[in-house]
Amino acid sequence: MKVLVTVKRVIDYNVKIRVKPDGSDVDLTNVKMAVNPFCEIAVEEAVRLKEKGIASEIVVVSVGGSEAQEQLRTALALGADRAILVESTANTESLNVAKLLAKVVEQEQPSLVIMGKQAIDSDNNQTGQMLAALCDMPQATFASEVSVADNSVTVTREIDGGLQTLSLQLPAIVTTDLRLNEPRYASLPNIMKAKCKPLATVTPDDLGVTLSAHTQLLGVNPPPQRSAGVKVKSVAELVDKLKNEAKVI
Amino acid sequence: MAILVIAEHDNQQLKPATLNTVNAASQLNQPISILVIGSDCQAVAEQASAVSGVDTVLVADNAAYQHQLAENTAKLIAELASDFDYVIAAGTTTGKNTLPRVAALLDVAQISDIVAVKSADTFVRPIYAGNALATIQSLDSKKVITVRTSAFDAAGTDGSATITPCGLVHANAQSEFVSEELAVSERPELTAASVIISGGRGMGNGENFSLLEKVADKLGAAVGASRAAVDAGFVPNDMQVGQTGKIVAPDLYIAVGISGAIQHQAGMKDSKVIVAINKDEEAPIFQIADYGLVADLFEVLPELESLL
Repeated sequence: MKVLVTVKRVIDYNVKIRVKPDGSDVDLTNVKMAVNPFCEIAVEEAVRLKEKGIASEIVVVSVGGSEAQEQLRTALALGADRAILVESTANTESLNVAKLLAKVVEQEQPSLVIMGKQAIDSDNNQTGQMLAALCDMPQATFASEVSVADNSVTVTREIDGGLQTLSLQLPAIVTTDLRLNEPRYASLPNIMKAKCKPLATVTPDDLGVTLSAHTQLLGVNPPPQRSAGVKVKSVAELVDKLKNEAKVI
Repeated sequence: MAILVIAEHDNQQLKPATLNTVNAASQLNQPISILVIGSDCQAVAEQASAVSGVDTVLVADNAAYQHQLAENTAKLIAELASDFDYVIAAGTTTGKNTLPRVAALLDVAQISDIVAVKSADTFVRPIYAGNALATIQSLDSKKVITVRTSAFDAAGTDGSATITPCGLVHANAQSEFVSEELAVSERPELTAASVIISGGRGMGNGENFSLLEKVADKLGAAVGASRAAVDAGFVPNDMQVGQTGKIVAPDLYIAVGISGAIQHQAGMKDSKVIVAINKDEEAPIFQIADYGLVADLFEVLPELESLL
């Protein structure tokens, strides 16, 4: 079966972000970029399905500027077979990304779509669910275990109270949580091989999608900072402070 | 202009997250209805009718909604949304699972995890794991919103809304509930507790969490954990506080053997008072703690328990 995986180019998770002095957005100039960690887990899961002989082809898709080719090549080096870049930098909010992906899904007809549950830049946690709605497919978000059998996929999900297991009819959409797997590192030979794997570029026009803005970013501010308080010397002093100074116990 | 708030519940109990969500919704100064979707959920409807500031409770009570799976509940919410300008849910795993699906069916954006209401169409929400706050204006006529419940107080429960049944049924042939493993605890829920004591990798193993539990029982506190402790297999994932776990803001947060990685801080830094207990005085958690105690947690915890 064919598996479609999505990746997003985001700021590397180790980078401490800065807000631009004019408060218009986060400063991304000269910042290290990487594959969104949840997307990396999605790629890894697809590759494991291929290694088990369940997936026959892995198509990786990204929506973004031409520089997102770098992240698509990373996914190819990890084991995806071919890549599609939907080149679009304007209005790339979740709903629009989902609309573009829905067209790709229509063309590619995958049996399973695996996506990260959220991107670590916008933290929206929306695109997978929106794509599922637009394609009228079942969804299993926040997956910590995925097993495919015949015409269905059984997914264990991390929910607030614990774990929930669902069975979905294929085609279906799964979004990954952190504990689904631990992504591998790409080997040098695989990085070299990835350079020769096919990478197609399409535009929203090619897909017949017109994107309009649904939200407007008015400004970005740093959050209020907490400062370090006092060090106490003993447990007795701590209990005393909590009782008589902070009055929280 | 009216607001539809989606109730968070388990068919028996209305979850406290709903109260915080209603309070956030009330800042829009519009009539509020609560929608209860479930099966045999009349008790929840009655609890919802007591939430202050709510005019109407709509109850879609049908076996098809027993596990509140997104495939059909999203269709129901989208259909009912025609009478409302806002659809708002708590940013819990249920809300996060369902509401984007509703937004896509309505062809509108979703504003996720708001922490403040600026005006009828403008909201503040954290981005980059809470390292920045974005002010976002919705350009859609209908607004679909999830609420970070820790950023809003709970609404009162002295209301008396009318309960109206909603007979719309959407079947779900696409997905099926298989099983659930829910943690059972006598202690308060993490997201509703006023005191939380959390353990990290420094706890060493899962058995040692009993040291935290003893202190928690003295304080009426919930017990949480860092991602490191969950990943190490000490405790289950539902105890995780942090960017990818639960976001909490209790009156008192006691971090024990937690170094304070950015991703943990993202889940607890809005707590009113933070206490850090760690033997490593360089641990980043001390930079945000109101009270720090550099000491061995295995000596501190029994002493703390005896002094409370």
